[in-house]
Order: sequence, then structure tokens, then C-alpha cells
Amino acid sequence: MPLETGFGNYMMLIAVLLGGMLSLFLVIFKDYLRDGFSAFFFLVPLAVFTYFAVFFGSEVPALGLVSWQQGMGVHFEWRVDGLSRMFALLISGIGTLVFAYSHYYLKGHPEKFRFFGFLSLFMTAMLGLVVSDNLIMLFMFWELTSVSSFFLIGFHYEDRESRKAALRALTITGLGGVGLLIAAVLISTVTGSFSFQALLDQRETVLASQAGRIAFWLFILAAFTKSAQFPFHFWLPGAMKAPTPVSTYLHSATMVKAGVFLLLKLYPIYSALPVWKPLLMTVGGVSMVYSAAQALFFTDMKSILAYTTLSALGILVFLTGIGGNEGLVAAAAFILVHALYKAALFLVTGIVDHEAHTRDVTALHGLRHVMPGVAVAGAVAALSHGGVPLTFGFIGKELMYESALHAETSPVPIAAAFITGLLLFAAGFWVGFRPFFSGREASHTLKHPVSLWLQLPVYVLTAGTLIFGIWPAGAEQMVHALVEAAGRDTIKVHLELWHGFNTVFFLSLATIAGGIVLYSRLVPGQSIALKVEKLSYSSVAIYEKFLSVTKWLSRWYTDILQNGYLRWYVMTIMVFLLTLVGYSFYHGVHIYIDFKKISEVTLYEAVILLLMIFSIFYILLAKSRLAAVAAMGVLGISISLMFVLYSAPDLAMTQFSIDTLTVILFVLVLYKLPRYINISSNVVKIRDAVISLLFGLMITVLCLEVINEPVNREISEFYAENSYLLAKGKNVVNVILVDFRGADTMVEITVLTIAALGVFGLMKLRLKDNEKTWE
Amino acid sequence: MTSNLVIVPVLWQFLIAVAQMFSWFNPRLQRKLSVSGNVIQVLIASWLLTEVYRQGILTMNAGKWPAPFGIVFVSDTFSAVLVLITSISGLAVSLFSLANIVEARMRFGYFPIMHLLFAGLNGAFLTGDIFNLYVWFEIIIISSFVLLTIGGEKPQLEGAVKYFTLNILASTIFLTAIGVLYGLAGTLNMADLALKVAAIPNKGLVEVTAILFLVGFGIKSAIFPLYFWLPASYHTPPAAIAAIFGGLLTKLGVYAMLRVFTLVFFEDPIIDTLMIILAGLTIITGSLGAMVQTNVRKIFSYLIISHIGYMVIALGIHTELAVTGAVFYMIHDIVVKTNLFMVSGLLYRVQGTHHIDRLGGFYQYYPRLSLLLAIPLFSLVGVPPLSGFWPKIDLFKAAYLEGGSFITICLAFGTVITLLVIARVWAEVFWRPAENLPERPNFRFWHLFTLAEKIQYITPIALLSAVSLIIAFRAADVHRISQKIASELMNPKNYIQTVLPDKSAEQQ
Repeated sequence: MPLETGFGNYMMLIAVLLGGMLSLFLVIFKDYLRDGFSAFFFLVPLAVFTYFAVFFGSEVPALGLVSWQQGMGVHFEWRVDGLSRMFALLISGIGTLVFAYSHYYLKGHPEKFRFFGFLSLFMTAMLGLVVSDNLIMLFMFWELTSVSSFFLIGFHYEDRESRKAALRALTITGLGGVGLLIAAVLISTVTGSFSFQALLDQRETVLASQAGRIAFWLFILAAFTKSAQFPFHFWLPGAMKAPTPVSTYLHSATMVKAGVFLLLKLYPIYSALPVWKPLLMTVGGVSMVYSAAQALFFTDMKSILAYTTLSALGILVFLTGIGGNEGLVAAAAFILVHALYKAALFLVTGIVDHEAHTRDVTALHGLRHVMPGVAVAGAVAALSHGGVPLTFGFIGKELMYESALHAETSPVPIAAAFITGLLLFAAGFWVGFRPFFSGREASHTLKHPVSLWLQLPVYVLTAGTLIFGIWPAGAEQMVHALVEAAGRDTIKVHLELWHGFNTVFFLSLATIAGGIVLYSRLVPGQSIALKVEKLSYSSVAIYEKFLSVTKWLSRWYTDILQNGYLRWYVMTIMVFLLTLVGYSFYHGVHIYIDFKKISEVTLYEAVILLLMIFSIFYILLAKSRLAAVAAMGVLGISISLMFVLYSAPDLAMTQFSIDTLTVILFVLVLYKLPRYINISSNVVKIRDAVISLLFGLMITVLCLEVINEPVNREISEFYAENSYLLAKGKNVVNVILVDFRGADTMVEITVLTIAALGVFGLMKLRLKDNEKTWE
Repeated sequence: MTSNLVIVPVLWQFLIAVAQMFSWFNPRLQRKLSVSGNVIQVLIASWLLTEVYRQGILTMNAGKWPAPFGIVFVSDTFSAVLVLITSISGLAVSLFSLANIVEARMRFGYFPIMHLLFAGLNGAFLTGDIFNLYVWFEIIIISSFVLLTIGGEKPQLEGAVKYFTLNILASTIFLTAIGVLYGLAGTLNMADLALKVAAIPNKGLVEVTAILFLVGFGIKSAIFPLYFWLPASYHTPPAAIAAIFGGLLTKLGVYAMLRVFTLVFFEDPIIDTLMIILAGLTIITGSLGAMVQTNVRKIFSYLIISHIGYMVIALGIHTELAVTGAVFYMIHDIVVKTNLFMVSGLLYRVQGTHHIDRLGGFYQYYPRLSLLLAIPLFSLVGVPPLSGFWPKIDLFKAAYLEGGSFITICLAFGTVITLLVIARVWAEVFWRPAENLPERPNFRFWHLFTLAEKIQYITPIALLSAVSLIIAFRAADVHRISQKIASELMNPKNYIQTVLPDKSAEQQ
């Protein structure tokens, strides 16, 4: 495979970053742009679409590398093969439609340009994700899609539910993101680089390694959270708080498929694991059935679509799990099928919402009279959703049934697929058909006809659905390329409208018949949904419960430790130190104290010691803080006397002044504190006494132990020999202080200066009310 | 190489402080001195780093007393980089102080004390003597205490008492440790200690000493269960002061740990395991704390604690790869945390509160400013490609290859919770509709600010955001420097040889 260099290489970089550039442009110039300017924005994704459509034939994968973080192995390594090409075309193609649609949809909205800023940033992120062939770059764009999705879900940030939904989505996808990062790092420990190609080349080694197997589960976590698989699915319905174009683009057509994309990209490596098929089929299967059933609990068009999207994602994971040529072909086709009909239905929903100001299917009927074009488009999309022949959805469903049928000997997969198909049929009709074709009269009248900006994108999508439905060979090449890329294998793909009278065909007929029955019998209503909510079994409820319990526990834990009592803090630290040192003593030190080495106590020393002990007890028993501080001063001055005894007058002076200052500082601070009350019970006092005694004992033992050790006198001998000869001073201690280690003394003098300044400030500075920081 | 340049970053800060003391009653001149002085400080620090890069480790023997008899100042790459980052953060804080600190505080020595604090930080990074390190710690404690209390508002004093008591306790433990070490080895020079500690027969006592150091520095760097002083005090002073604290003080503790546990002490599995457990609990405790706070400053305070755990856990792994990650993280963290506390000051100026339930509407009214503030916030989370992301590659790699699943889980936990917390801050502070401004007739709200004052608030935030972006987009370069630092730390032979040329020759 030829490595692109030079111009073509940078073209790719530009194509990916084009959206980001638009975003940057909007940040800078948005205040100077007129509302109508956004009519041109769709040209950006269109340019990208053209680029991918024209420059990348699907036979030969194209590769390239723009080096970036040299030495960390993180480069913009890109690869366009059938898989990434189909995704890139979807991203830019649906992007074009959504951009155009949004221009009118958000007409006059004060934050329209902000919206486009995030939307185009997202496009860059998503394109980067699908063309990256470097695991760290992939992760980077992956996270960027989560972040831009966060900002877009929170677009109506004044709404509490929107904020909550945005947070929830970010938390869940962020969790997967961290998994992806760790997976990338784990892989690099095996292959020695972040390159995806290296991973592919060394797949046997990776599979055999522990890191590679852990990475598999982390990849799965990332894919399942992003593609909203059960039980991580609940963030997606919440994400529908975003404006409809965002739901169309991110939360249905592209971003949520990133997880499926990742699975397909990893298919050549991990599908060999025996767990691959059962895991994906189970999770995907549960997701598709569960969500399709849930879709019918709602009356809000967007909620219904949200759950059918979940179901579709389940189908994709399910099919990827089945794998093999059949499974992959079905998955590949279904990606395209779903993108076309679901985007159309979302956009239709947006139009209805925009014009009728409601999305409640029970409140809408007969809209065919006021928006006939949209009604037809909606119906076509619904037909495709239901898998009716001559729509692309039919092809998708046939392929799904076929691979489900051949997946296992057990009938469970095909049963699950069939039930899903049935439910999806009804759900699609509720959204795409019911608001337009039920009832005689239109439920709403329009002040003006629906803008072409809104209508055209829908028509493009439905046209695609019809064209590929009637002429599936048109999509054949794309599907083929994708399967070859994912399977890393050359195969022959043949998409056909007619497969003959086989099981799958009868299943399809049964789906349609059953779907019609279901649709005509089932009246949309929220009664079931409300009942279900009361049971609080839903994942959202469990998640919220989990969150609140975690918060409660964290608060309890945090407050227990940080309880505001200084004495508790000091005690904790002392006990902690005691424990550690005690343990270390216990297991590693032979305690031996040689009393012969301890010199005799002179009278002066004894007096000073007594004075110290006396002041310590005085501090302990003092009834006021002031007395305690004064006694502490006595203690400090006794220490200076000690220094005098050991012929270190400088030290004594320093100690004396420091101590005096400390006392003053303390008094000043104490002055502002409330009155001293003794609240300790006797038990507490005994506890404190025990801790203090142990602490003192620890220090004493430590000192005595150290005295036992042989002393290295190199330094002190140097001082003794040279203080007169070199430093011209007779008192060694003095010379050490002012010459050998003069720097210490200079800094200590500064410490005194600062302390003095602090005292001065505390005494003199009284802030006026308008100078205060706090209330 | 011997060079007096090593001591210039310290002396220069002293000089600024002295000059400001001579203009005690002229706050305007002090401001100018502070900002211009710190601009020059950045140049000096860059010069030092270039020299170290070109010539290798530089030393300076104070008073020309040869090491290990006198005090030696040493600048290896680690020291020089930290001095540079400190200087840049210092410049930002100088700028931010202009409008954030009221003149009354300046009249009582705010600026000179701040510069002495910087002198202390630089001194601590540059000294090669363990007792001298203690002395720099002293200057840092006392000046930070004075900065914390200056103005004497009630919450300030309450926080300051806890801050001071626990930090003095830390210093006492640190000093005890030095005393014991001196008793055992008979020297204070760190390079000399490296040689002599290895020769001490009583390994048990060496371990006890190491534990004393660990606890002393552990209090400073706010690890579990020694962090209490931090959430008790960081929300009390004005934002500019909190910014210095948040960015630099805890990181000084981590620096000391990195230095002492790679140079002085030999690898001890018990100490390493202890560090890993404590750091893991630090990450968890900090994260949980950040989740439940409602004061933005306290949220940031707990995040400091949480992220200290990343660095200490990496030191516990004790390999070159892990230390590379720790150093890279530290470089990123100093810049970002300094910035965050300035951001908190800006939020407070706009809405007169730090309470997350009363803040709001920032995004609606200040969309561009919000985007600026998003840079430090999301850098902190480590959303790629922002700066917090890059060190995590090495951290996770080291955790898997050389650590264990406990470390990986803790790191992942910290990452996810940080994301959650910052997203919540974004949702509450930036998105939620604004409340009415509190009735505070004496408070100068943002909208009453002059343009000059607004610029003085925004410039330093923009400056540090730009630095964060540079770290992010030049990640490979920062990574290379971190690797160099880690290799110097883990193979201290060269350091010892440079500081003690005669001795190491003797040994060979």
C-alpha cells in the first residue's frame, strides 16, 4: 500500500480540520456575521464529501502520516479504506444536509453561530476518528466527539434537564474514553507503538498477551458506552434534549456509530477470540429487542426515534458479533440503510416540531394536507424503517434475517431479529406515517409553507433510500469495500432485490403483516411508560440512585476526615506517624540503648529541664489560651538557655527572638478567636495523653538509637580544624552559623523579617468594608 | 560546572523584595517593580535552563566553601525547569495581583513578601543541602502564612491557624528527620548523603528516617491522610494568593519527595509500597471530596489533592518511565492549578460568590471569556490534546508495566471523576441561568471594573492558558525534557560527581 506523501497527505489533514477551522472562524468573527451567512456553511461538509467521494477509490486503501509529537509515537497517521470511506462519506454527506437544514431551523436564534461552531468541531472530531490509524489519535478524536456532544446536548443550557442529560452523556462516554486510552497504552506495551497497523501486523502476539486481552475488554467498554449498548444505553434518550439537527447528526447517524466503527476496525484482530461472538450477539441482541419494545412506550416522536436508534445500534453490534462475510455485509448495509431512513425521520420530526410546535404523536394528525411533500418523505422513510420492498430498508432487513438465521443452530437469534423487526415497523410508522396520514383534518395549520431548506435534505435522504432500494447494486461497491476492509479479506458481495421464495422472504412478509397489525392495534400512549417509571427498574433510575448514594457516601467520608477540628487533624497525623514508625521499628530495628554513652546531667541542665517540664504541664493545665502561650514562651526561652549552656550564644539569641515573635504572633491570632472553653472529656484527655506520651517516647527512642550509631566526623572535624585557620573565628559554632553555613542564617534572618512584617500587618491593618474580599 | 548563575534566580527575588521594601509607602512603584521584576525573572530562569541544557548540571558553593562542608546550590534540569515554571506562574500572579489585591494589603507588604516566597521556592528547588532545604521551607511557610493572614479577615485567620499549625508540624517532623539523618551520616549535603547513607549499616534506622521524611513532605504535599490543612485554608485568601499556593506549595512537597527519595535514599520496597497505597488513597479521597463540594475554590482544592496522588504514586512505582510521567504531570499541574485559582477569582469578581449554586450564566453573558476559561478547566481534565492528557500515557504505561492494577484503577478513577467534576462545574457555573447578584454595596463587581482592571484580570489567565497550550502542542518536547529529568533523577551518579568531584574520584 503506497504511503501518501506531500500534497495528498496534507490535503487529508486539511479535510479533517476544515470543520475545526470553521469553528475557529466563528469564535472570532461570530459577532460580525449576519444571520443569513450560515446559508454557506453547508459548503464545508460538501467540500469534504466531494473530497472523499472523488479522491478515494475503494480498491486500494490510502495511507499517510503527518508527524506531530515526535518521540511519543503520536502522529496523524491516517488510513482510508472501505470502512473509513463509508463513514467519512456519511459524516460529510449527512453533515451537508444537517448544516443546510440547521441554517433555517435555527433562523434568528441568538446563538446560532455558537451552534455551528460546535457542530463543525464535531465534524472534524468524527472525521478524525474514522481516518485515524493511530490509537492515540483515535482516542483524541473520540474524546473530542464526546466533548462536542456534551456542548451540543447542553445547547439549551438554561434547561435543567438538558444540563443533566449532557452531564450524563459525558460521564458515560467519558468512562468508555478512559477505557480506550488505557487500551491504547496496553496495546503499545505489546506492539511498541500506537500505530494501528502495528497492532494488525502483530495480532497473534497481541491476542496471546495479557495486555492484549485486557485491552479487548476496555475496547469493548469504549464501544458499548459510545454506541449506547445495554446497560449503558440510557444516556442516549436523554441526549435528545439537543436540537433536532444535533440528534439527527450525532445521536443517530454518526457519533453513536463510532462504537460500531471501533468494533469493525478491531474485527480482524479480536473476532478470533471465542468470546467475541457470544458477547456481541448477546449484548447487541438484548439492546435491539429491549429498545425496540421501549420505543412503543412513548408518544414523543423524538423519544420513539431515540429508542429505535438504540435498537438499530443493537442490531449493528449483533451483526458485527455474528461476523463472517454474511454478518459483516449485513452490518455494512445496515449502517447505510439506517443512516438514510433514520436521519430522514429525525429531520421530518424536526420539521413537524418547528411548524406545529409539538412532537406528540397523539396530538398530530392529517398533516398531509399542510405539508404534502414532507408527508410523502416521512412515509417512505417509515416504509424503509419497516423493511418494505423497494426501499433500501428491505435489503437491510433481508440481510439481517439471513445472517441471524445462519448464526447459530438455535432459533434465538432469528427470533430476536424478527421481534425487533416487528416492533421497529410499528415504531417507524408512528413517527413517519401516523402524524401525516391518520385523521381527515390537519391538526395544525401553517402560517407559511415549509422552507425548502428544511425540505430538501429530507428529499435527498428519501431519494437515497428509494434509489438503493430499487437498485441495490448501487450500494454494492461501498458495502463490499467496507466488508473487505473490516474482514481484511477479499470477497464477493452481491446485493439483490430478489432472493427467491426462501425463509427470509417469508419472514420479511410476516414482519410486514405483523407490523401492520401491531400498528393498527396499538394506540400510542404513555400509560405503560409511566408505570414502568414507577417501578424504577430503568437504567436511568438505577444510575441516578447509584449517583446519589455515591454522593452521599462521599460526603460522609469527606466530612468525617475533614471535620473542621484542628485537634483531630493533629491527632490523625501523629497517630499515623506513630503507626508507621512503630511498624518500621518493629520489623527492622533492633532497639538497644547504651546508657553508658549518655553523659551525666549537670545541675544547670537539671534546673532548666525542670523548668521545661513545669511549663509543659502548665500549658496542658492552663485555663486560658493566653496563659498557655506565655508558658510556651517559657519553654522556648529555656531552650535558648540550653544553647547558652552549650556555648552557642548566637543560637540562643536566634531562638530567643524567634520565640518572642512566635508568642506575639500567636497572641494576635488568638485575639480574634472565640473564648477558650474546655470541652474535652476525661476519656479524650487520657487518649490525648497516651498519644502524646507515645509520640514523645518514639522521639526519645529514636534519639537514643541514633546516639548508639557510629558517627562520621568528617564534616565536624573539618569545621573544628578550619574555623580558625581559614575562617578566622575562634568559636566554631559562630563560624558555622555566619560563615560555613552562612546562607542558612541569612535565610533565617529573612524569616524573622517576614514574621515581623506579618505581625505588623496583623496589628495595624484593618480593612475597610469596601476593601474586604469576603462578606 | 561551577557557575554563579545558579543563585541568581534566588537573589533576584530578594533584590525585588528589598527594593519594594524601600518603596513601602508607594504601592504603585511596588506593582511596577513586581511585574517588571518577574518579567526579568522569567528571562533569568530561561537563561539558567539554557545553560543547564548546554553545560549540564551547574553548581555554586556558597562562600566558596567546598562541598560537602559548605552549602552548595545545584541546578540540574529538574531544578532549572521548576524555576522556570515557577517564574512564569509568578509573573502571572504578579499581574493578577494588580487588580485582585486591594491597595491596603499592598501597603502592608504584600508584594515584598510574595517575592520572598518566590525566593524561597527558587531556593528550595536549587539547594543541594538538606538542611538548607529546610530553611527554604521555613521562609516559604512564614511568608505564605503572612500572605494568608494579610488583611486579617475572619475566614483568613481561621484558615491560617490550621495551615500554620499543621505545616509547622510538618517542618518539625522534617527537622527531626534531618537531625536523625545527620546523627547517622554526619553530613547534610545531599550528594554526600547519597554516598554515606548507602554505607550506614543500620538499615532499619535509615528506613525510620525515610518514613519521617515521607510524612514531613507528605503533609506539605497534602497526601492522604495528612492533607487537612489544604481544604481548610485554600479558599480563604484573595485569589492571587490562593493561586500561588494552589500552583506551587504542594508541588514543592512533591519535588522534595522526588529529590530525596531518588538521591538520598536507596530504593526501599516498603517505602515504595507505602507511597503507592497512600497516593492511591489520596487520589480517591481527593476525587470524592471534589465531587461533593459546593464552593468552587474547595472543589479545586480537593482536585489538587487528588492530582498530587498521580505524582506520588508514580514515585512509588520508582522507575524512569513513571518518574517521567510524574515530572511531566508536575510541569502541567503547576501552570494549570495556578490558573484555576485565578479563574476562581474572576468568577468571584463577576458574581460575588464562590458557591456553585449561586454562580451561573457565565456562558450566556461572557461566551468568549468562557472559552478562555475552558482551556485551563479542560486542560486539567486532560481532554486530549490538552496538557493534562500527555503525561497520562506514561503514567498508565508505567502503571501497567511496572506497577499494578491498583495503580491503574486509581489513575482511571481520578481521571473519570475529574472529568465529572469539571463537567459539573461547567454545567453549574457556566450554563445554569444566572442568579441575581448578591446585595453587596461595598463590593466592586466586574461590571464596575475599568477596562484596565479587566485587562489585569484576564491577561494572566490568558498567559497561563497559552503556556498550557504550548505544553500541549509541544508535548513531545516537554516529554523529552521530562525524560531527561527522570533519567538524571534515577541515575544520580552524575549529580554526585558534579557536586563532589574529589570524593567521587576517590570512590572509583
